[in-house]
Amino acid sequence: MSLRYLVAGSAEGPVLALAEPLSFWGGFDSASGKVIDRFHPQHGACLSGSILFMERGRGSSSGASVLAEAIRLGTAPAAIILLDADAIIATGALVAQMLYRIDCPVLAIGERTEWQSLSALPRLVIEAGPDAVRITQPA
Amino acid sequence: MDLTQTDRDIMEGLQGRAAADALGLVLRFAQAVGAERLLPCASAHVDGCLYHGQASLDFVERFVALKGRVKVATTLNVGSVDLIHPELFIGDPALGAAGKRLMEAHVELGCTPSFTCAPYQTLLRPKFGDQLAWAESNAIVFANSVIGARTNRYGDFIDLACALTGRVPDYGLHRTENRLARVIVELSGFEDADPDQAGGIAVAAGLIVGRECGSTIAAITGLPRSTSEDDLKALGAAAASSGSVAMFHAVGLTPEAPDLATATGGFDAPIVARLGPADIAGILARLSTVADGAPLTAVALGTPHFSLTEFERLMPMLDLAPFSVPVYVNTGRHEWGQLMRDGRAARLEAAGVTVVVDTCTYVTAIIRDLSGAVMTNSGKWAYYAPGNLGVDVAFGTLADTMLSARAGRVVRA
Repeated sequence: MSLRYLVAGSAEGPVLALAEPLSFWGGFDSASGKVIDRFHPQHGACLSGSILFMERGRGSSSGASVLAEAIRLGTAPAAIILLDADAIIATGALVAQMLYRIDCPVLAIGERTEWQSLSALPRLVIEAGPDAVRITQPA
Repeated sequence: MDLTQTDRDIMEGLQGRAAADALGLVLRFAQAVGAERLLPCASAHVDGCLYHGQASLDFVERFVALKGRVKVATTLNVGSVDLIHPELFIGDPALGAAGKRLMEAHVELGCTPSFTCAPYQTLLRPKFGDQLAWAESNAIVFANSVIGARTNRYGDFIDLACALTGRVPDYGLHRTENRLARVIVELSGFEDADPDQAGGIAVAAGLIVGRECGSTIAAITGLPRSTSEDDLKALGAAAASSGSVAMFHAVGLTPEAPDLATATGGFDAPIVARLGPADIAGILARLSTVADGAPLTAVALGTPHFSLTEFERLMPMLDLAPFSVPVYVNTGRHEWGQLMRDGRAARLEAAGVTVVVDTCTYVTAIIRDLSGAVMTNSGKWAYYAPGNLGVDVAFGTLADTMLSARAGRVVRA
């Protein structure tokens, strides 16, 4: 498994798996934490506090600002678990960490079967840093 | 990470505290994307001036406080307000004030007050092979695909951090081996389409490339011979709306794709979509949320910002009957200056066209009446405005939008 972290940090929360990638800009409301892309199958879903599973990034590069603002407001996912690394999502979380010292760890799993089986679990604990990256179920 | 002497000098603060602070972010970003070294960049295009909340302002004010200055030519993307026509903004005044401060703070860092999503049209046209740190999804796709310059999809923040350091991580599309097409999107039956139809075909092809290919580079074959640079701009903008597209090859039209074999590097790329006239018509029909004949309250053009060539196509269409709904056209202040000098601005105003600069009608409160549908020739506007503005949308070619603006309802040429 080629699991690696893009943004370090710890988080715990319920798993929310997106059926399709979401553009944070234009597709997500930082004030409410909800999906507002009318074409998205989970239109209306609230992402706040979740361990968000999303295959890959999508859409406008302004997504980084929307994610950073949501992290500041406390409406963002608690962590984001990607299949493929995404620079825009990583940037939003890195900047929130730099400005507000709030962690929203971002991981890339790199392997579809592993990503899928983790996304089917109800709740996860994420610990990601230079020494180790751990994804576990709460005790 | 393989650091150069320049990187170490910046890190140690020899180029100021802001540059050192920004380099810290560039390096953590480089780690996240798996880059092993940094490259010097030729220019930056910064997408941080659109106000998305306090985080936008907190980031740039941090560098203003550290007396930061950009190290390379840096253009700015659209902001939340039209600084030349501030009266057009009808949103929350506090939001307008924060958006204005965000734009001004970037200028204090030495960025050029361009406020356009299409800096490549007149202001800062990169050269083939230039390494760039560009943000704004349509500008990224255009720079890579239509010009052959090299940038990844940089987002807000990292673009400014690269500008403040003049350094960009060496990964992805900065490297020759990552710029080849891996899939093919094949169009057939469009070679002789007229220039007005070519715009819609480009938008549909772009939407499919985004949806079917994601971030995998596609080679598109069979686009009309009449496809213009503006159509390629629209294609890229649509592709970057429906998927995380940073680059495409239009075979026979874009510089790294003189033929299919060059675009793919000889790789036997699979065909992921075959599109004929019925497919294209279906894709475009699904962009509209209202049926033909539905009443309109406005027409919105210029997403991405209208080029001077697009104004040339628009001007003869003004001399027909008067419009019955407002027509908004977004463009850059540089293009607007040209329209002012050559008298076209006055003709546009007399015809009932509102030219919007520095911002864009799909990201901010400019269009006054949203009670009916808005018609556009932009795939990007049609894709995002219903979510951003809560408005119904009708998509059509430029000629369709002009006919509909007169009829006050959706009609087709």
